Amino acid sequence: MSVASRVEGGLSLVPGGEPARVENGGDPVRTGDKPGGDERAAALPFPDAPTLSELFAASPRDAGWAGFLALQLAAGPLLWVQERMAILEGGRVHPAGLGHHAAGLIHVEARDARAALWAMEEGLRCQALSAVVGELWGDPAALDFTATRRLAVAAERHGVAAFLIRLGGHANLSGARQRWRIASAPSAVHPLDGKAPGTPRWDAELFRARGRAPGRWVAGDDGQAHLLPVVAEPPGGALGKGDRRFG
Amino acid sequence: MVLTVEAQHGQLIHAATQAALERGARVGGRLTDARALDPALEAVAADIAGDSAWLRALARWAGRWSPLVEVDGTDGLRLDVAGVAHLFGGEERLLADLAARVAALGFSSRAAIAPTAGAAWALARFGRGALVVGERQVAAALAPLPVAALRLDARATHTLVRLGLKQVGDLAGVPRKGLARRFREADHPLDALDRALGRKAEPLTAAPEDPPPRALLPMKEPVVHPEAGTQALTLLVPRLVAELERRKLGVRELLLLGYRVDGSVAEARAATSIPTREPGHLARLLADKAAALDPEFGFDAFALQAAWWERLDAAQEALVGEPSGEAELARLVDRLSVKLGPDKVRRPAPRESHLPERANGWVAAVASQGSRPSTTAFGLRSGRADNSPVVGDGRPNRLLDRPEAIAVIYATPEGLPRRFVWRRRVHDIARAQGPERIAPEWWRERSTARLRDYYKVEDTDGCRFWIFRQGLVGDGRGGAPDWFVHGLFG
Repeated sequence: MSVASRVEGGLSLVPGGEPARVENGGDPVRTGDKPGGDERAAALPFPDAPTLSELFAASPRDAGWAGFLALQLAAGPLLWVQERMAILEGGRVHPAGLGHHAAGLIHVEARDARAALWAMEEGLRCQALSAVVGELWGDPAALDFTATRRLAVAAERHGVAAFLIRLGGHANLSGARQRWRIASAPSAVHPLDGKAPGTPRWDAELFRARGRAPGRWVAGDDGQAHLLPVVAEPPGGALGKGDRRFG
Repeated sequence: MVLTVEAQHGQLIHAATQAALERGARVGGRLTDARALDPALEAVAADIAGDSAWLRALARWAGRWSPLVEVDGTDGLRLDVAGVAHLFGGEERLLADLAARVAALGFSSRAAIAPTAGAAWALARFGRGALVVGERQVAAALAPLPVAALRLDARATHTLVRLGLKQVGDLAGVPRKGLARRFREADHPLDALDRALGRKAEPLTAAPEDPPPRALLPMKEPVVHPEAGTQALTLLVPRLVAELERRKLGVRELLLLGYRVDGSVAEARAATSIPTREPGHLARLLADKAAALDPEFGFDAFALQAAWWERLDAAQEALVGEPSGEAELARLVDRLSVKLGPDKVRRPAPRESHLPERANGWVAAVASQGSRPSTTAFGLRSGRADNSPVVGDGRPNRLLDRPEAIAVIYATPEGLPRRFVWRRRVHDIARAQGPERIAPEWWRERSTARLRDYYKVEDTDGCRFWIFRQGLVGDGRGGAPDWFVHGLFG
């Protein structure tokens, strides 16, 4: 992956997307409690209000999207719907790896895509939830434009963020407001151990969005609490002093 | 004349008149045996259900003597007369009054008053002589009675008789330990004796009548319309809710019963995660299943009944119209569980274990009562603040249900992995971190269980995996170590 430049303490973008933006003097801004707060919107073009986003995994064995998604999730009860095939192919949600999201997690194992979509729509009607995540395998017949449109409308009407995860699927017609293609990118350098994987990086491509230009970024977590600037860092580079200590 | 019940090998004598007893009939014996002794014996089928209904009616009626009346087995009543005897002029007079009034109803009866329920039971059934016994005379009064008077089950009584302990008095000198080996704890004869003598507590447990909340809808004529279930539900829910409100109860499990004309019963069931009596929610839970009830030859009645209920006082959920989060979540869990099955909708319930798949426990969300897991399993999270980022933590955020075997090239015996093949695709490992050694739980597993060395690896594309090597070379627990992929990092 080609990398444009590195801005000290701030953020930068890889070519092919939007022009690089630098936050005010590289000083990170705290997020609000709401998902998609002001600072995040500045970093990556996440939606301002809860809506339906569609995330395509680069391959079923690449769980990079899960880390990318975790940064968008607000604190609070979470409904996670997994189709049976998605569990078999991509593994089950592991609460111990979800951190504080595990506390309010309700996990649903759906028999097929139809049941999964039904469970997601039921969840979106419940305003006590902070978000609904649904994982579907392949291109099920039940997942047509109408189904995604229903999810998007329900998410916007009730103010619950919805994330539709597509494992091994193709980008057919969809009513999702944002459609991402997420792949893992080589991780940042580990500050202590040159052989070990560091903080994760993702190759995030926004290929359709309402009211925004599509783009492609290398995104990462800068290690500050709930911050998501966009970074681009050469893999195997020098140990960055802003890098988070692992652990 | 005898009353008989149907048993496996013909009719047994359930009860016999005095005359029949004198002519050789024996309660519990076979009718054919008794007929052999006395061919003129008249036999009538016993009405067990009718007897028990009568006994319950009698128990209510016996409330005239004592507020605490309990049906005792199939043929007795227990009255707690402590402190009430003086109202009838003493215990003897009370007993006489009781005998006279019961006789006036047409029953023959035996009654006894003793300081303990066990002693009174024994004296009423087996006692001779004085039927009112004070605390001092209990032991003496019980001593000559047969051991059957201890209210043990038939096998325990039989064992006692075979041991030569035929009377209650014989038990007095027997060491407790000697008997303990021959009897289950529940029917230890010395415990029974202690209860009868008042050395152990045996309280009367006359539970107040607490029938399940229930609403019934009889039909004028059988209905076969497929919509019948749904319509019955809409009529029954408000009635049930009215009863629940009156009794301040909330439903945890709801049962819709459709009684068919041929005597069979169709049922639909729904559970809730917190007690509720909200009509809209209850109707919605059962709506689908009610519509699917098969009428076959027709329903002639419907009943909506709480199978599990809890106390629920009136509560205001919120000041304005919007419902509170907890209740709304519970309703969502109920709806999902009813449709998808309670075992498919779950919350994490971490267990104390180092093995990832064991620590990663789940519990049905309906059963968990909306409780949050209070503690995470130890060793799973480093001591970072709660608001720190989630990603990159020590555990993957995807875990395969079963670890999948992979072929790995690694520096033997304990070096870092270099390359692995998972699901027929080669991953070249660019970076690896580990090992994190997790020893088998020797107190739970077999002695041949092997330790695991977990590695967090990243391939050249950046995909991160959690793989482990099971065992060591030369650990004496099998051949070459196997490798597995267990989780995926996000």
